[in-house]
Amino acid sequence: MLLIDCPYCGKRPEVEFHCGGEAHIARPEMPTAVEDADWGSFLYYRTNPKGLHAERWLHGHGCGRWFNALRDTVSDAFVATYEMGKPRPDRDEATASSPSNA
Amino acid sequence: MLERNLARRAPTVSPLVSESSVTVTPLDPQGRLAFRIKPAALAGRGTIDGFDLSGAINSRTSSEEGATMRTALRLGPDEWMLITAADEVDERCEAISAALTGVAHSLVDVSHRDVSFSVEGPGADSVVNSGCPIDLSMRAFPAGSATRTILGKAEIVLQRRAADSFTVTTWRSFAPYVQGFLVEATRG
Amino acid sequence: MSQPFRRPSGGRIDRSRPLAVTFNGKQLEGFAGDTVASMLIASGQHLAGRSFKYHRPRGILSHGSDEPSALLSVDWRADRGAGYRDPNNRASVVEARDGLVVNTQNHWPSLETDVGAVNDLLSPIFVAGFYYKTFMWPRKFWDRVYEPVIRKAAGLGEAPEVRDADRYSNRHAHCDVLIVGAGPAGLAAALAASADGEKRVILADEGFEPGGALLNDVTSEIDGKPAMAWVAETVATLDARENVVILPRTTAFGYYNHNHVCMVERVSDHRADAPEGLARERLWQVRAGEVVLAAGSHERPLVFENNDRPGIMLAESVRAFVNRWAVLPGNELVVVTSSASAYRTALDAKAAGMRVSIVDIRLDADCGTELSLARDGGITVRTGHTVIKALGGKRVTGLVVAPISANGSIGEKTTLACDCVAMSGGWTPSVHLFSQSRGKLRFDVELDAFVPGTSAQAERSAGACRGVYDLSAVIADGAKAGGGSSTPQATVSFAGFQPVRVLPTDADATKIKAFIDFQNDVTAKDIKLAVREGFESIEHVKRYTTTGMATDQGKTSNMNALGLVAGILDRPLPAVGTTTFRPPYTPVTFGALIGPARDELFDPVRRTPIDPWAEKNGAVFEPVALWRRAKYFPQAGEDMHAAVARETKAVRTTVGIFDASTLGKIEVIGPDAAEFMNRIYTNAWLKLKTGGCRYGLMLREDGFVYDDGVVARLAEDRFHVTTTTGGAPRVMRHMEDYLQTEWPDLDVFLTSITEQWAVIALQGPNARKVLEPFVSEIDLAEDAFPHMTVKTGYVCGVPCRLFRVSFTGELGFEVNVPADYGEAVWKTLYEKGQKHGITPYGTEAMHVLRAEMGFIVVGQETDGTVTADDLGLSGLVSKVKTDFVGKRSLTRPDMVAEGRRQLVGLLTKNPDEVLDEGAQVVDDPGQPIPMKMIGHVTSSYASSNCGRSIAMAMIDGGRTRIGETVFVTTPAGFTEAVISNAVFYDVKGETVDA
Repeated sequence: MLLIDCPYCGKRPEVEFHCGGEAHIARPEMPTAVEDADWGSFLYYRTNPKGLHAERWLHGHGCGRWFNALRDTVSDAFVATYEMGKPRPDRDEATASSPSNA
Repeated sequence: MLERNLARRAPTVSPLVSESSVTVTPLDPQGRLAFRIKPAALAGRGTIDGFDLSGAINSRTSSEEGATMRTALRLGPDEWMLITAADEVDERCEAISAALTGVAHSLVDVSHRDVSFSVEGPGADSVVNSGCPIDLSMRAFPAGSATRTILGKAEIVLQRRAADSFTVTTWRSFAPYVQGFLVEATRG
Repeated sequence: MSQPFRRPSGGRIDRSRPLAVTFNGKQLEGFAGDTVASMLIASGQHLAGRSFKYHRPRGILSHGSDEPSALLSVDWRADRGAGYRDPNNRASVVEARDGLVVNTQNHWPSLETDVGAVNDLLSPIFVAGFYYKTFMWPRKFWDRVYEPVIRKAAGLGEAPEVRDADRYSNRHAHCDVLIVGAGPAGLAAALAASADGEKRVILADEGFEPGGALLNDVTSEIDGKPAMAWVAETVATLDARENVVILPRTTAFGYYNHNHVCMVERVSDHRADAPEGLARERLWQVRAGEVVLAAGSHERPLVFENNDRPGIMLAESVRAFVNRWAVLPGNELVVVTSSASAYRTALDAKAAGMRVSIVDIRLDADCGTELSLARDGGITVRTGHTVIKALGGKRVTGLVVAPISANGSIGEKTTLACDCVAMSGGWTPSVHLFSQSRGKLRFDVELDAFVPGTSAQAERSAGACRGVYDLSAVIADGAKAGGGSSTPQATVSFAGFQPVRVLPTDADATKIKAFIDFQNDVTAKDIKLAVREGFESIEHVKRYTTTGMATDQGKTSNMNALGLVAGILDRPLPAVGTTTFRPPYTPVTFGALIGPARDELFDPVRRTPIDPWAEKNGAVFEPVALWRRAKYFPQAGEDMHAAVARETKAVRTTVGIFDASTLGKIEVIGPDAAEFMNRIYTNAWLKLKTGGCRYGLMLREDGFVYDDGVVARLAEDRFHVTTTTGGAPRVMRHMEDYLQTEWPDLDVFLTSITEQWAVIALQGPNARKVLEPFVSEIDLAEDAFPHMTVKTGYVCGVPCRLFRVSFTGELGFEVNVPADYGEAVWKTLYEKGQKHGITPYGTEAMHVLRAEMGFIVVGQETDGTVTADDLGLSGLVSKVKTDFVGKRSLTRPDMVAEGRRQLVGLLTKNPDEVLDEGAQVVDDPGQPIPMKMIGHVTSSYASSNCGRSIAMAMIDGGRTRIGETVFVTTPAGFTEAVISNAVFYDVKGETVDA
């Protein structure tokens, strides 16, 4: 079970959370102005990196807040968690692979 | 015309007996208000109608017991559970709303939604930890803590009143499960 | 049986506490501190089971949890019945106590005489991959012959036939340092880690006594004291520290993400006096800041013909039995070794009175000081020798040994008579947990072993589990892993070994059985055959031969198998790879994994406030999400069909009362609440007046229907939203998601009020008459309180949100009262409604009534690929709003394509025939298979109000095909049905405004 550092509550067990998929995919300001292909990408196309991945998480059985996290998809290490609206932190792969439990 | 409150409030569960030194006791109905407000909108108000809202996330502030009891559980950055005497709900709602006229907030009576149990006695933390995966050491979760979390397969709000004294609150339809789970856990 | 092989003194047993265990119906005698294995040896009984495939006689190989052969069925509480029995317990870890009843497995009719042993003679057909080769043909033999025979013959032990009667418990725990293993490394680590009195330390060991390998050691000293005195002092020190928890009998079996380690503690199996109800096992889920693995190492067997004969054991195990349990595994011992450590066994066994000789594969020059010590001690040592084979059947009677010349040829054979063999092929660090933690293994050529390389988590390995074998070094290593340091002066350990895979022999290797994997009966020739047939990756060899796949996880076999494959392929061992170590480290009971989650605690069963009344009144319930809901209320002699016919009739003719409390309810509050509703739902909300209700349809961003429900506007800034019963949590999450991530500027707050309100639906022409006497401060007149409005007031004197809504097409009210009053209000309405013919109805009638009206149920008519237009609900989708969730997707090409599946009705030709929900629809039943499916049935009922069966279906281009005939699958073949409009009753919609 992962240990996830909620930006509001600190480290809490995975069962309290719900993963909401890739982060930083902004809903277009005016969806009706978006071309079909772009809208299709917005809906369905996601990156699947081996390494750092920015994800949305909901601390549903906790403070109820959505937040973003940088997780290494190889090691499952959480390199950073940050509040919604904040930019993706600048972290490299090396940080991710160091042994730590987030 | 029928009188108001013809019907008496019905208890959700009947008490189960735990055989160990840790007791699990259903608590009498309390007034509970789900209170939401963005921290900025509080504009520095530390207290509203006697409820101390200044506590950190996942903490519990409380004043007195009985009729004048005011407990505030801060469950998230913009969410509190306000607890008061069962027959004080309307008065508290009016007072809080009056204090926040023109300020965006939400106040919802959820007194009937939730049921609480006290879990008390030496080893109460182990009983809660039988189904709750968070760190309940006094260092990580001292007296005065309160948080939403998990017990087995149910969501709970957990308060620690003292080292060996917890309050477990859950939605009413989960109450028989939560009570059964806790009582089973007292068996070690 | 008496204890002829018990030494007169010594051992870590309590001779003042004798005990007895029943073994295959006979009494075994022993003492507190014994295991069943040590009691068997004390009695002279080595035959302890039959093997998995060949039913060969097997004895006790090991003294620990790596035991592959001596598997027993144990009745832990024979006096309490069969619910306390489980199979496949290793004799070496079953702690002896009074009252245990143990039996050997895998034989018939008896352990001594097993007809299955004929498999040993038939072994040429049981070669590697025999499953894939033998049972190919004829095909029809599979069901009748092969499978039943294999099922009877295969498997270890017998699965219990009654449910497990024991209790199991669960505990989440947190610590700063978790130490796995209480041998010298683990103890030193615990001592160091806990020294500050602050760090929370948990020290877990699978055994019942701490000390690890030192428990077998009667000669080593640490800082001038006997090793076990050091252990006792260390344990006493740790015990006195409040920040240390010592867990004996606790196996760490799984190492998961972020230092989450699962352990199982055996709480009561060892207690004869365990009170009924005491948990049998406790699952510990530990989250540790740091983990120190001090898991020790496993001794390797040697591979030679008949190396599985009872009496042939691992050398360290012989030493353990002699020293720790004070039992002699025989009188005449031959130690066969390529490892220095076995010399300690030889010396200790000789000291204990066994006649001992040593056969060492190594040459004199390759040996260390151990050789001269043994020879000086009067032990005959044959160096440079191999073992050709073991003699004997149910017990080893001799070893045929021979010198190996410099060119590798086998010299003159000698037979050494013996009743016990101690073998050692060296040591394998236990890297199971390290590997589970995703740490990278590194092959150490010097040690001939995989050892921990790079850690993936906050973890350190210490001592033998990372190839450190000398006692002083082990303790120093442990202390360092615990964050301290220690420089003890300890007796120098005999260490070092020469790796051998299969002992040299001049016998025809294709004819002999030299076992690699004792538990799965895999021999060296099976491995060779697999490689010859082209399996080169160890993962493939493993699966083809099943080596290392048994419950012992290859603890004794993996390195021999790997080395053999590498040798045949002439590749360096790491190039062959190593197999993946998976949890659990040792077998774990299902009980421990499940813990309290059984019966009432398996899942929460959510009951409504009105549930007690429904139960008292004979309701039949059905599960809906986690809720249990009254499905129907049968009267005497009624089946479901009759009850539902009566209930649905009553709603249309008089009045029905229905518990709708499970509907999800969310209170949406804030100055921007209407704007939020406008964005989340497809229809328009800004102009909905306070007191008005509206049916809302919610899409996902992909344009497909997500949920629906009636929403009431209670105030300018306050909405009471209802959702489907099962959809409540995800709708709440969906809404919060948009509020927090897309529109954080909106001032809107959500609160779940599902359980605040009990909801009583009164539906039918008499609904108003029933309700009227109990309502205060609300005018129920049609003009004052029209359909799709809401009012607050009092019902039966309790505060109420009263909805004028209908999911039946009849005049209807939904009475929302605070939940604690729900049952009382229901009872009052029901009792006083008798004069109006009030009838309670359940979810089945509710479904029929709504289907008669063509009302959809999300999740029944929809499956996540259905649009509002597909359902004929495009009128609910605003054309004016510039945006709402899902809007943009509605104009994607495939969403507006011709021929999409559309909701229609289906009327069977035979009005009494009720279609199966989920049945497929085709145009032409005569077409060749695979047929073209053009749709499926979503809802289907017998409708007493319509006087016939009705069904809803999603059909390709359905709305353009009204009146056409299609064919629907039934268990008996195809049946004919006509496509219709999906409204079956009250087509003009007149009843609701009565």
